[in-house]
Amino acid sequence: MNDMTPVETTLKDWETDQEVRWCPGCGDYAILKAVQRTMPDLGADPANTVFISGIGCSSRFPYYMETYGFHTIHGRAPTVATGVKLANPDLDVWIVTGDGDGLSIGGNHTMHVLRRNLDCQILLFNNEIYGLTKGQYSPTSRSGTRSPSTPFGSVDRPISPCAFALGSGARFIARGIDVHKNLGNTFKEAHAHRGASFIEIFQNCIVYNEDVFEDFVNKKTAPETQVWAVHGEPLLFANGEKGLALDADTLELKVVKVIDRDWQGAGVMIHDQTNRSLAMLLVQMPFGEFPMALGTLYNDPAPTFDAAVMAQNAAASEGKDANLQALISQGQTWTVE
Amino acid sequence: MASAAQTIERNKPEDSGNVVVRFAGDSGDGMQLTGGQFTLSTALAGNDLATFPDFPAEIRAPQGTLFGVSAFQINFGSRAIRTAGDAPDVLVAMNPAALKTNLADLVEGGLIIADSGSFSDRNLSKAGYDENPLEDGSLAKWQLLSLDMSQMTLDAVKPFGLGNKEALRCKNMWTLGLALWLFDRSRQPIVDWLNAKFAKNPVIAEANIAALNAGHAYGETAELGVGFAPRSLDAAPAAPGLYRTITGAEAISLGLVAGAKLAKLPMFFGGYPITPASAILHHLSRLKQFGVTTFQAEDEIAAIGAAIGASYAGSLGVTSSSGPGIALKGEAMGLAFITELPLVIVNSQRGGPSTGLPTKTEQSDLYQAVYGRNGDAPLPVIAVRSPSDAFECAIEACRIATRFMTPVMLLTDGYIANAAEPWKIPDVSDFDEFPVEFYTAAPGEGEKFNPYQRDEKLARPWVKPGTPGLMHRIGGIEKSSSSGNIDYSPANHQAMTDIRAQKVLNVADDIPDQEIELGDATDTLALVGWGSTYGPIHQAVNRAREKGQSVAQIHIRHIWPLPKNLGELLKGFDKILVPEMNKGQLKTVLRDQYLVDAQPLNKVSGQPFRIREIEAAIDEALDG
Repeated sequence: MNDMTPVETTLKDWETDQEVRWCPGCGDYAILKAVQRTMPDLGADPANTVFISGIGCSSRFPYYMETYGFHTIHGRAPTVATGVKLANPDLDVWIVTGDGDGLSIGGNHTMHVLRRNLDCQILLFNNEIYGLTKGQYSPTSRSGTRSPSTPFGSVDRPISPCAFALGSGARFIARGIDVHKNLGNTFKEAHAHRGASFIEIFQNCIVYNEDVFEDFVNKKTAPETQVWAVHGEPLLFANGEKGLALDADTLELKVVKVIDRDWQGAGVMIHDQTNRSLAMLLVQMPFGEFPMALGTLYNDPAPTFDAAVMAQNAAASEGKDANLQALISQGQTWTVE
Repeated sequence: MASAAQTIERNKPEDSGNVVVRFAGDSGDGMQLTGGQFTLSTALAGNDLATFPDFPAEIRAPQGTLFGVSAFQINFGSRAIRTAGDAPDVLVAMNPAALKTNLADLVEGGLIIADSGSFSDRNLSKAGYDENPLEDGSLAKWQLLSLDMSQMTLDAVKPFGLGNKEALRCKNMWTLGLALWLFDRSRQPIVDWLNAKFAKNPVIAEANIAALNAGHAYGETAELGVGFAPRSLDAAPAAPGLYRTITGAEAISLGLVAGAKLAKLPMFFGGYPITPASAILHHLSRLKQFGVTTFQAEDEIAAIGAAIGASYAGSLGVTSSSGPGIALKGEAMGLAFITELPLVIVNSQRGGPSTGLPTKTEQSDLYQAVYGRNGDAPLPVIAVRSPSDAFECAIEACRIATRFMTPVMLLTDGYIANAAEPWKIPDVSDFDEFPVEFYTAAPGEGEKFNPYQRDEKLARPWVKPGTPGLMHRIGGIEKSSSSGNIDYSPANHQAMTDIRAQKVLNVADDIPDQEIELGDATDTLALVGWGSTYGPIHQAVNRAREKGQSVAQIHIRHIWPLPKNLGELLKGFDKILVPEMNKGQLKTVLRDQYLVDAQPLNKVSGQPFRIREIEAAIDEALDG
């Protein structure tokens, strides 16, 4: 996000008078609350903030934020956001999308907004299902998912949102869980990152895909199933008894046991959020054999698209007279007396 | 049926005082360049003119093939010129394929200038000739000037030491030199242009100039015989003022810049490469000092999505495409319509459906413009009639979009986009400004801002994000007319649909009444046209009136909503004929709106109407 003068607000300032219309118990409530709670901490100004969404359950989000908001069409939120940011780079732009909206119908735009590095935050609510259309399988659904459109189980393989984002050239990749207390921190890091910040949020759809993430979000088993990436800290989990190390033969990560807290001895890697190769290894770890990598996995800022466009506009205009009459009179002319 | 005889008798496409020249060659022969430079020299000589570039979709089609022929036609004269001419008086054929594909159009007795050097056995066979037509007497009804232009070009550029291939690239300048001699044109503007174009490669500039001079000198010194004397046409009478040549794509671009300036807004242009619309993106991308931001998007949808986003944030959003791309933008146009944001959508129509004929012209997107979205989503639609008309139409589109808070479709076509004509450069201070005032009045304590409150024209307020106290949400889902909140209730959707349609109809109060171009409201037959058919309809009606026929011309700029007096006007005629380059789209709209017996005259060959085709239809309509 761009430089801004901090504004003092409270949680109430970010809530609209609209009745929230998600299903009771939906993970979206927790994400909404986490965003609303984080905004005052960012010193953000509601009048300078724009939430832009596509279509789907997640895309109703803007109606519940007391900011400027644009609920656009299916998959196209990044395109509208691009126009908003280029027309007024001072605005703080947030894109809210889902697995169907952002990776299926709008996958092309997600790719391009990331490669261009438009300065914005992209919250992708991944529930591995099409909720608003009543439960069809989505591009992130695991193979074999039974749904109204795949009564015998889906046969195609799912996409990994974070691997897709990295492959598209994203400079900030994070993962969070709808009900996890750390989500606000992830938002803060994403907001502090100048450029496109991509956050995959595992969101529980209690109606069509309940507990699909239970394997790793369950609090009881979380120490074994979650590894939280913290820049400069070793990649440890299982209460420090296991860690992630590089297998030099395969150039893959491996789980190693840590004995007596000697993680260095076990070869556990320190998380470097600017290391793109490490980020790719983390987002591609197959869950089960490995824990789920969470937190800020990659954060390595690069020049933003909006800044580059503004700079080129300025450079190309410098010293040039914007004289319309002269412009239309260009080329070889002749006079009729 | 007097028409057939009359058509044959008149072998000149327009009245005397004009000449039609067609340059035809391989797509790599530089015919468009030759034509463009000949156009410039003609304009500088003070002739009125119209051009018709006609080229294949392939960039470098296989050499010598019939489908790889690229042609450029220019009609110029000492009187007002409205079309590129029905049939050429002079055909310059750079190879057998160019001769074969264009010969049928040449007027009887017309002049063929052919490069005999390229009439090799191989090229003859590629063009499907068993015998060399330059030698077998088959061209007897025309005048033939068969010259080895290839060899003479090679001789002329020999001192510059170019390779054979590079040397032969100068052939088009040799040809141009001869054409300049034939019509008594100055070479200097071309020399200046070559020097500027090849400033970094002076040898190439020199070689091209040498070829140009050699072609000119050939005309001067060779004794070509009677009929080949240079022809000088007097300057056409024109209103006093400063002139330049302009293509439709240039004029649209300049008009959009002017429109944004008159609205006092920065412009944001989202585009995606597509023929024949890309030229607008190219022009605008060089005009950043005028507050223009251009964005080449990842696809057509992203191009309009970004333009909508920019409009939402307070710029004048503009997007542009051709038929297939416009189809992709359909859903987003609906979004701009329901969120009531200003947006200009330029459609450079081409032959369709689907990919159709990318480089050929057609007017077959009128249905798409007027009806082509889901739901009830009428847009104002404006149609450009000629390159010089495009400037004003683009300004008009910007005015309506901002005044009524609505997307506006601006229809042009491939013919207008590429064709050039002289343009009397307007004084920009003659145009009324229409400065946009953004809404900034924050509601009082206990009050709530309604983004769908309306002014007397039913336009809603335009609030820029960043404005304190006016935070609100818009979107493609139906909103309450009284609060702006999501509202699916039956009465509200009925009311909002009615209001949005009425708002667009209100544009009719804000546009001029329909005028009659030629003739009177009491004539028997009205020819009602739109877009680039203006020229041939105008000339046909002109000639018909000279013959004493009771026929009038009406040409519609505002396709939706239609001018308020149009219905009454049309009802005054006994017969209505609607010439269009489609299967009858405006005809449908006129019948629907006014219950009049509008009859179609359709052509979808990828080529503009010929004047004589319309004349014949007039004869038939009046006889029938």
